[in-house]
Amino acid sequence: MSIIRIPPALRADVGGARQVPAVGDNVRELLDDLMSRFPALRRQLVEDDDIAPFVNVYVEGEDVRTLDGLDTPVDEGATVILLPAMAGGL
Amino acid sequence: MPNYRELLQQVKSEIDEVDVTQARELLASEDRPLVVDVRELDEWTEGRIPGAIHVPRGNLESRIEQAAPDRSRQIVVYCAVGARSAFAAKSLEELGYEHVASLAGGYVEWKRSGLPTELPRSLDGAKRQRYSRHVLIPEVGEEGQLRLLDSRVLLLGAGGLGSPAALYLAAAGVGRIGIVDDDRVDASNLQRQVMHSTGRLGEWKGESAKRTLEELNPDVEVVPYLERMTSDNVERILADGWDVIVDGADNFPTRYLINDAAVWHGIPLVHGSIYRFEGQATVFKPGEGPCYRCLFPQPPPPELAPSCAEGGVLGVLPGIVGSLQASEALKLCLGIGEPLVGRLLLFDALATEFSEVTLRRDPACPVCGDNPTITEYVDYVEFCSGRPAHA
Repeated sequence: MSIIRIPPALRADVGGARQVPAVGDNVRELLDDLMSRFPALRRQLVEDDDIAPFVNVYVEGEDVRTLDGLDTPVDEGATVILLPAMAGGL
Repeated sequence: MPNYRELLQQVKSEIDEVDVTQARELLASEDRPLVVDVRELDEWTEGRIPGAIHVPRGNLESRIEQAAPDRSRQIVVYCAVGARSAFAAKSLEELGYEHVASLAGGYVEWKRSGLPTELPRSLDGAKRQRYSRHVLIPEVGEEGQLRLLDSRVLLLGAGGLGSPAALYLAAAGVGRIGIVDDDRVDASNLQRQVMHSTGRLGEWKGESAKRTLEELNPDVEVVPYLERMTSDNVERILADGWDVIVDGADNFPTRYLINDAAVWHGIPLVHGSIYRFEGQATVFKPGEGPCYRCLFPQPPPPELAPSCAEGGVLGVLPGIVGSLQASEALKLCLGIGEPLVGRLLLFDALATEFSEVTLRRDPACPVCGDNPTITEYVDYVEFCSGRPAHA
């Protein structure tokens, strides 16, 4: 099991939780597990069966796009960060 | 008990001396020694050996370790005629410096031999006092403060992030601060936009910012641009010449626009963004790390990215993130430390937690990649509307 950190913009879709445990050996399985419980997350995270271009997924601080994308392995207990772009500054 | 002359002779017999010819050869060599001027401030300000650092004799023992941490590096120490520097050389040897030489004849002999000198610029008395806490920091010092006074920083937005960033940059003595903002001060801004005040309601934020900042520090020239940055005016604004850009915009089109402009002009861009209790900050430094498009190739559809106006923001949060941006901007101006290049700092105010993720340049990035496909400004509003201008 791993911990997925949920950014504030997505918390409404997971009942307000800051982090959610999820099960899987790679990013795809973890996200599938997460989205099976919180289906509203799908359009925020996935586009054309891949990670949406406006969101980043980090496993232990590394962007999975620079690793193996959805196939990036995730060790037991690893922290996964979901990070959509934020524009706010004013 | 020896008199002064005898003591000086004794010290000179115990240390190494170099004459100006030897010193000039040493300074031209690959293993250039550190040159330390131990004269008083008024002597130093009238001219020095190029590249020398200034550590007055009276502060030598307490300050030399910061200025010269490597005790094996050769040091040439000089004063006016070679007496104070002889005593200084002896002290340095006692402190464990292995290769110290005093310049025989000192600066007077150096100058008389027609060797190059330089006239250091210096802070006047009022500036020396105002910036004394900077001058005391070895990494900043008088040189660094003079550099800040020559620096030019452009801020996008005089709002939540722009307020603390601009206040601290102005207080630090950044000589020229540009502020791009097309908005007026509204009551709902004052919970966080600390550069403005109740008495300024309805004023242009750029004008309000100019008054606040120039009152805080008259050394600073504030250039307000009372307009929204667009593809049509970005080149005109950048033509005024900026060393660093601080992005505190509130919308994606401006963020992509300034990213592209910064990449093409080779200007470091200090990024910050905030929402509710969380903030992000990083530095996009062209040629040394990723750009905003490497981080987020596309903006989210508008319905998935609520702004602070829609979702709210804790008032102090921009104070923290904007201050981090100011700190990064100062480091970039000074050329010190390790800026947040290739690192995205995440701050969660509810958990009081900082975390960091690694950012990498994308070789396929359409703007900063190996084969860029976007080489001129696009319609950024359209690009961010979910109907990309580029396929």
